Amino acid sequence: MHTRMVRKFEKVCEILDRHHRNPSKLIPILQEVQEEYRYLPEEVMTFVATSLNLPPARVFGVATFYAHFALAPKGKYVVRLCDGTACHVKGSIPILEALRAKLNVTEEDKTTPDMLFTLETVACLGACGLAPVVMINDQVHSRMTPETAVRLIDDILEREQSPASTKESVQ
Amino acid sequence: MMRSQDASLPNAAGRLPHVDGRRVIVCSGTGCRANGSEAVYEAFCREVEATGLPVVMEFSAEKTHDGSVPVTRSGCQGICSQAPLVTILPDNILYMRVKPEDVAEIVGATLGEGKLVERLLYRRPDTDELCRGAKDIPFLNRQTHVVLREVGTLNPESLDEYIRHGGYAAARKAYTQMSPEEICAEISRSGLRGRGGGGFPTGRKWEAARQQPGPKKYVICNADEGDPGAFMNCSVMEGNPHSVIEGLMIAARAIGADEAYVYIRAEYPLAVRRMKRAVAEAREAGFLGNKVFDTEFNLHCELKEGAGAFVCGEETAMIASIEGERGMPRPKPPFPAQSGLWGKPTIINNVETLAQVVRIINDGADVFRKVGTQAAPGTKTFALTGHVANTGLIEVPFGTTLREVVFGIGGGVTDDAGNIDPDGFKAVQIGGPSGGCLTREHLDLPLDYDALRSVGAMVGSGGLVVMNRHTCMVSVARFFMDFTQRESCGKCVLCREGTKQMLSLLDDILEGRADETTLPLLQKLGAAVAKGSLCGLGKTAPNPVLSTLRYFRDEYEAHVFDKTCPAGRCPKLRKLRISAEKCKGCGACIRVCSVHAIRGEKKKPHQIDETLCIKCGACQAACKFDAVEVY
Repeated sequence: MHTRMVRKFEKVCEILDRHHRNPSKLIPILQEVQEEYRYLPEEVMTFVATSLNLPPARVFGVATFYAHFALAPKGKYVVRLCDGTACHVKGSIPILEALRAKLNVTEEDKTTPDMLFTLETVACLGACGLAPVVMINDQVHSRMTPETAVRLIDDILEREQSPASTKESVQ
Repeated sequence: MMRSQDASLPNAAGRLPHVDGRRVIVCSGTGCRANGSEAVYEAFCREVEATGLPVVMEFSAEKTHDGSVPVTRSGCQGICSQAPLVTILPDNILYMRVKPEDVAEIVGATLGEGKLVERLLYRRPDTDELCRGAKDIPFLNRQTHVVLREVGTLNPESLDEYIRHGGYAAARKAYTQMSPEEICAEISRSGLRGRGGGGFPTGRKWEAARQQPGPKKYVICNADEGDPGAFMNCSVMEGNPHSVIEGLMIAARAIGADEAYVYIRAEYPLAVRRMKRAVAEAREAGFLGNKVFDTEFNLHCELKEGAGAFVCGEETAMIASIEGERGMPRPKPPFPAQSGLWGKPTIINNVETLAQVVRIINDGADVFRKVGTQAAPGTKTFALTGHVANTGLIEVPFGTTLREVVFGIGGGVTDDAGNIDPDGFKAVQIGGPSGGCLTREHLDLPLDYDALRSVGAMVGSGGLVVMNRHTCMVSVARFFMDFTQRESCGKCVLCREGTKQMLSLLDDILEGRADETTLPLLQKLGAAVAKGSLCGLGKTAPNPVLSTLRYFRDEYEAHVFDKTCPAGRCPKLRKLRISAEKCKGCGACIRVCSVHAIRGEKKKPHQIDETLCIKCGACQAACKFDAVEVY
């Protein structure tokens, strides 16, 4: 456990060094930390604050201000339903409801207990011509309906449950 | 269409071989990629290689080590509703909705025998005519492409190709032949106004920053396109990233800045990747860094990825974000041109503004002024989406009427199933969460900054969302209010609390709790929020509500007084009944109704008790015979 903790901060140190421990680079530092850990663990944020000679409140303030920073771990598959204007008028809400029912998640509890899925809504993914769209990790799926969106989840579940699947990230 | 190569143009390494033969361009914008254009691209690579056709390809796309693959990717080709798109040059054939299994036929017929694959061409929905390419398709041929001229044909991942089409000539001219005063004067003379929403004259902004003393100044490219329903900047960066960097260089030269930032929205992963690559290429070619074009000037450029805060599109909030703080705006003055990033003079320009600057320096202010209106010269890109036959990226001169955009270019309004509905037009929402609605009476209104402002709307960044007659305008207003109240940074009380209260008033209206005091209160609160907020977000947040109240008051009143939604969209106001003809008496609805509001004997039509019904719609979902109707 102890060595694991050390290793944990080793990565953070690398990131900090890459930005020359410059406090004005706080946002890119947190972005890279999040890429590494998939969220911002509290002890890592405190560590970043100390290293940059900033009050931890500053770091927490920034981390809670921006929507991209997650203070809780996210699932392996982050499902982002676009609820931009174009997607909204073309029926993104029924898709959201169908996905919530399928994954049994709510607006507050976005992640499934098995840590497989996190369901979020985003303002716009820039594929408005093909509304409504759903993005799963980095893959955008266009012209969704509640049925096709649920099918995407089913496909992932099937892949995850098949013993042959050892792939870390998908698509 | 393209600029031919000029001997005086910069040529990074002179490695551009002769162009010969046909060229296949697969659209690789976000929309087309979402519809599988990468698989189409790979199928072309395989197929062409396999057939060994003499379709020589000169461009070094990522995957072509030997230069033998005649296929490139491009940025957005515009007509996103027909994605994925494939263009074949020089014949200018445009194939649509291409699937990997179609590729063999295209290679065999078109590239091999010079024949068209008719089933993949665009068929005009109104005349049933086949359209061979962009010149025949109304959606494309009714536009005026300036910023988008090369988006869609250029390989966005190749600096050489950009240079070949005249790239970096304007920046070189600005650095080697023009003084900062001359650049500012030329931009002022062109009448260019900021394309990011406000419409502030770019030349004036630059001149103010240029006159500031001091060796340290900054330029920032605002690529934080946060409006939901707008993707123009995204498409420009994906399709022609170098034009943005070139514009930024000109801006830097004009005010005397040696450091530049591109603040880019992280939700656009492809645009981020292409911009990063473009900055690296420009640096490698010596266009960025120390001694730009061998002059005494330096320019260092850095990309900053946003972290998901809409308010950072506001100049002063963006500056705070680049400095590593919470992205909260501060009062102006001092304006960023006087005291911006780290207290130094800073100018912030939108992606599209910078791309226009390149054209102005290249072609001169007079050419730029030839299109558009007197007060708003030039063209503007719009993202045309929603209930319209052709959705996608468009560019038209300022002053074009809404009718031309929706019916001429967009091809008409569609119903919910996607079929053309000649009588379906209800409204266009323009300018996103800061904008307003335009209705039937505005169809002949020329689109420009001042005309739109006079009817309570704004150009904004350029999202145009068409809505058909089945759209509930109160829910549209609620949608935007929900967005702005979530994105409010919390600094100004009226924006933070006021938008929340406005949202709950809208919820009252939509859920049947409103009374005669609700609408006057909503209007009063809206005016207060607009007045009492510091930045553009709060100042314009009430616009969607105020504008729909102005033009669709009857719809609000129907919700408030009659407790009905004229569009039949609001779940809490709908009434459900069971059709006696369709009901088979199976009892499925009785079983799912959580409040026991449905009664009826087996095999006989059931009834809903309205006094008990909570309008959850579970019965409707459970019925296999479509017997539950909304009325």
